Amino acid sequence: MVKITVDGKVLEVDENNNLLEEVLSHGEDLPYFCWHPSMGSVGSCRQCAVIEYADDEDTRGRLNMACMTSPRDGARYSIEKAAQFRAQAIESIMINHPHDCPVCEEGGECHLQDMTVMSGHNYRRYDGKKKTHTNQYLGPFIGHEMNRCITCYRCVRYYKDYAGGTDFGPQASHDNTYFGRWQEGPLESEFSGNLAEVCPTGVFTDKPFSKHYVRKWDLQTAPSICASCSVGCNTNPGERYGTLRRVVNRFNDEVNGYFICDRGRFGTGYVNSDERIIVSMTRDSRDDNPVLASPEEARTSLHSMMGAIGIGSPRASLEANFALRELVGPDNFYAGVSSAELGMYKQILDIYRTKPVKVARIKDIEASDAVVILGEDVTNTAARLALAMRQSVKNEGRKMARDMKFPDWHDAAIRQLAMDCKSPLFILSPYATRLDDVAAQVHIASAEESAKIGYAIATAIDGNAPGVTGLSKESQALVKTIAEALKGAEQPLIVSGTGSMSPALINAAANIATALSDGEKKANLALVVPEANSLGLAMLMEESDRALEQAFACEETHAIVLENDLYRRAPSADVDAFINKMEGLAVLDSMKHKTGEAANLVLASGTFAETSGTFVNYETRAQHFYSVFKPVDSIQSSVKWLSDKPLAEVTADCAKEIEGCAAIVGLTPGADFTVAGMRVPRQQHRYSGRTAMRADVDVHEPKQEQDEDGIMSYSMEGVPATRDSTVFNTAWSGGWNSNQSVFKFQSHTGGPLKQAGHGICLIENIASEKTYNEFEKAESAKGDYQVFPLYHLFGSDELTAKTPAIQEKATSGYIALNEADVAKLGLQASDGVAVENNGSVPYIVRSSIQPGTVGVSVGLEGLNFRNLPGAVSLQKAEGWTSPGSWNAANIIISDKSVAAEGETA
Amino acid sequence: MNNLIASTAVKARELTPEEIKEIEHEKTHYPYAQAVGLEALKIVQKYQGWVSDESLLAVSEYLDIPPDELEGVATFFNMIFRRPVGKNVILLCDSVACWMLGCDSLNEHFKKTLGIDYGETTADDMFTLIPVPCLGACDRAPVMMIGRETYYNLTTEKIDEIIAEYKAKG
Repeated sequence: MVKITVDGKVLEVDENNNLLEEVLSHGEDLPYFCWHPSMGSVGSCRQCAVIEYADDEDTRGRLNMACMTSPRDGARYSIEKAAQFRAQAIESIMINHPHDCPVCEEGGECHLQDMTVMSGHNYRRYDGKKKTHTNQYLGPFIGHEMNRCITCYRCVRYYKDYAGGTDFGPQASHDNTYFGRWQEGPLESEFSGNLAEVCPTGVFTDKPFSKHYVRKWDLQTAPSICASCSVGCNTNPGERYGTLRRVVNRFNDEVNGYFICDRGRFGTGYVNSDERIIVSMTRDSRDDNPVLASPEEARTSLHSMMGAIGIGSPRASLEANFALRELVGPDNFYAGVSSAELGMYKQILDIYRTKPVKVARIKDIEASDAVVILGEDVTNTAARLALAMRQSVKNEGRKMARDMKFPDWHDAAIRQLAMDCKSPLFILSPYATRLDDVAAQVHIASAEESAKIGYAIATAIDGNAPGVTGLSKESQALVKTIAEALKGAEQPLIVSGTGSMSPALINAAANIATALSDGEKKANLALVVPEANSLGLAMLMEESDRALEQAFACEETHAIVLENDLYRRAPSADVDAFINKMEGLAVLDSMKHKTGEAANLVLASGTFAETSGTFVNYETRAQHFYSVFKPVDSIQSSVKWLSDKPLAEVTADCAKEIEGCAAIVGLTPGADFTVAGMRVPRQQHRYSGRTAMRADVDVHEPKQEQDEDGIMSYSMEGVPATRDSTVFNTAWSGGWNSNQSVFKFQSHTGGPLKQAGHGICLIENIASEKTYNEFEKAESAKGDYQVFPLYHLFGSDELTAKTPAIQEKATSGYIALNEADVAKLGLQASDGVAVENNGSVPYIVRSSIQPGTVGVSVGLEGLNFRNLPGAVSLQKAEGWTSPGSWNAANIIISDKSVAAEGETA
Repeated sequence: MNNLIASTAVKARELTPEEIKEIEHEKTHYPYAQAVGLEALKIVQKYQGWVSDESLLAVSEYLDIPPDELEGVATFFNMIFRRPVGKNVILLCDSVACWMLGCDSLNEHFKKTLGIDYGETTADDMFTLIPVPCLGACDRAPVMMIGRETYYNLTTEKIDEIIAEYKAKG
């Protein structure tokens, strides 16, 4: 720390940060555009100019860009004295900027507006012609309005340098500078949505939001957790007139930081979908037509299902699952996943608890300097982690820079220095994945072989780890390379997960991390699970192995299914048999699906946006999500359907009852929490039209909706809870109307939120010594083609797949094959493939896939992965036409692929 | 990683053996093949007259540079032509010295005699007129360049003579 003087004020600052970061951290207002806490400085926009004085005698000083300046001990700076320069700089930036704020989506939360006002450039003198550009179609997610561009280059630095996108860039120069693709077309990066937040003005905007646009201050918002995968990114969804309008990132230093993936941002349109269940329905037998049931009738019917079994869900909240467990009794509660999957979730909990490993947070992943991925296609199963791994490879460059005494924030210099030098990333996978471009080595192997290699790596690091036999020369060389890289790293990381559906692979990952651990210094391990609350569900099943197979085999004739389409979880024939056996089947869910269609009683449940609860992410981090808005009266939360108790009591009971869950009561400030005697408002003080917004229906203003869960209110009255970040809603601060205002709530710029509430990890590591798992050879399936799963960020997730924007990026079920197998099967470009007893589907050729293996899409329409045994026979389909939703161009791949011609929609 | 997802209507053309030979020679000067991007565009332009989308894609694939990045290079430099140009490209300086000594009137003269403004090509594809911001010969302004030849102390009469010469050459 050093002492500096800024406009007469003495500040203690960290000399390793740049001056801009430090003065912002001290609450000063200094404008900036191109700098970003996650991306460092390049000093291009000239907005953060300050005067630096050489010594006490110096009265003139010299102009410096604060973002490019390391604070000098004892130095004197002035923000005030450079005000005129900053106003001039912004005036020149604004010359070509249109006067279109009233029709611009950014208006009211525009960093450019804020900075212009802050700089003092209040009147425009330029009255000449402005440069105009042609906009591009960039796909279903992002809108493009180049005329608003101020050429700060933040988009390129984010999209290319940070997120690794290659299909976007700057073109031309001076007045003609243009940011876009070389030709129109959908942006390829899975993280393109962050452009809308990174762009300081309205060049890149959230396209689905534009179609039902509302100003920031008119949105009702709440702190939420993304329900679309196991990462648990913090989000801030916004509602108006009963529809969910958009989702933006909510900063959480421990989880997502400043960025989320496109599934999380653009995948919530299902909340407003026609496929929502908005009323409860009932019928005596499955042959009858369902009739409308009032909430009271539906509730009575549900609670009179004596002796019913309960089937839980990894996508329902911890409280909803617990409430069902309470209703039916722990002995009648079954996890709504296969026993193989439940086994893997519990295996992961066990590893986190008993192996000497550190569960990797996203910032640990970003800080890693050697990474091994074992059989997990992270981009498609937990995308945010893939973005973090993309940052990890940059650590070699940072290390080189540190050796040369470059500061960490000096982005352009570090990139120039590092060039192609990367920290090692090794990927073992049955096919090429999206991260291959930054990988030191990619090894194409089945899950079984990858597991073996994993075991061998552990043995190479620690001789006490159990070995394996039968590795090829090539694999042995790889083992040696990876073991050396991991041993030489300061912060090695092992990543795997349930994606390959191989317990051996997960154990292999645990063995490597265990081998690397050295006393207090534990190696980082991240094990990905499929859904938002997979591990929460597993925690409820601590003492029970009841999974779907056991539910299907039980003798009871009544069942309650919680937020779960069983047809996505088990072979279709097994689910059919189970449902036919049932005399009474109740389904609680928000969306229509096949299981619900077979039910006697369907209860309309709220989505994540309309209910509150707890999700447990891949790290076992429990996080509370608040409902954003109150749905119509016929829709209730699953907890309310299932339990007589208010949510807080259900949470408290769960904390008491379930081992390891005690901490979840501390996730909120408690149901009776108030600020200045009032609950925390979900609406902004500027929320407009409250008394008029229903005037087309009724001139009487209804009473404000009440939130029975407490803490927050559906109102604009009250004080935003800036002091307790567990209820930290939309970031907003005087003079800072855009999302950039979040620094005002951070302990230091880019750091954790003040009064941090970033969730609580439930599993405590109690490992005392190194223990290893022995390699167990899995019975390899007999058949022509060994099957492995292919996941899709856009399409594999049940709920987000019902969102129109996601559907534009998704495709139908398909298989992927090697060229040689395509030739062997005699497939022509326009042929389909008949998959053993499972109909016919389209295929793509992927050169990275090994002959004799076949990739099968998971969760996409037209093919149930759970129906397939470990190996299948394939045949050319006769008289086949491709389904309408088949769109090979949407498949995220990185190897050379040839989509069968004429099949691309 | 290349643009493998976007299916574009434009397909790369085959580079000619001469182009490949020269690009390969350039590659020997640099540690990264990607560093040859600009030189490769110049080579392609030398043989083709300009850089078409098909040529851009060809270079992109040959050097494994994403087309978006190569497009950034191609459009940054105004001597890389991303539209077809005439047989002779007239580079008329419009920088300060030439401007003071009347380059605007020369531009007017081109408009009158050849019927083309800046950025335009004559109907017979003989001439394209492009402004440049200094040819390093301010002492002999106004100046222009056609091909590799620089012409100094220009007047409308002198221009007529020069153009006539080029027309005669065909």
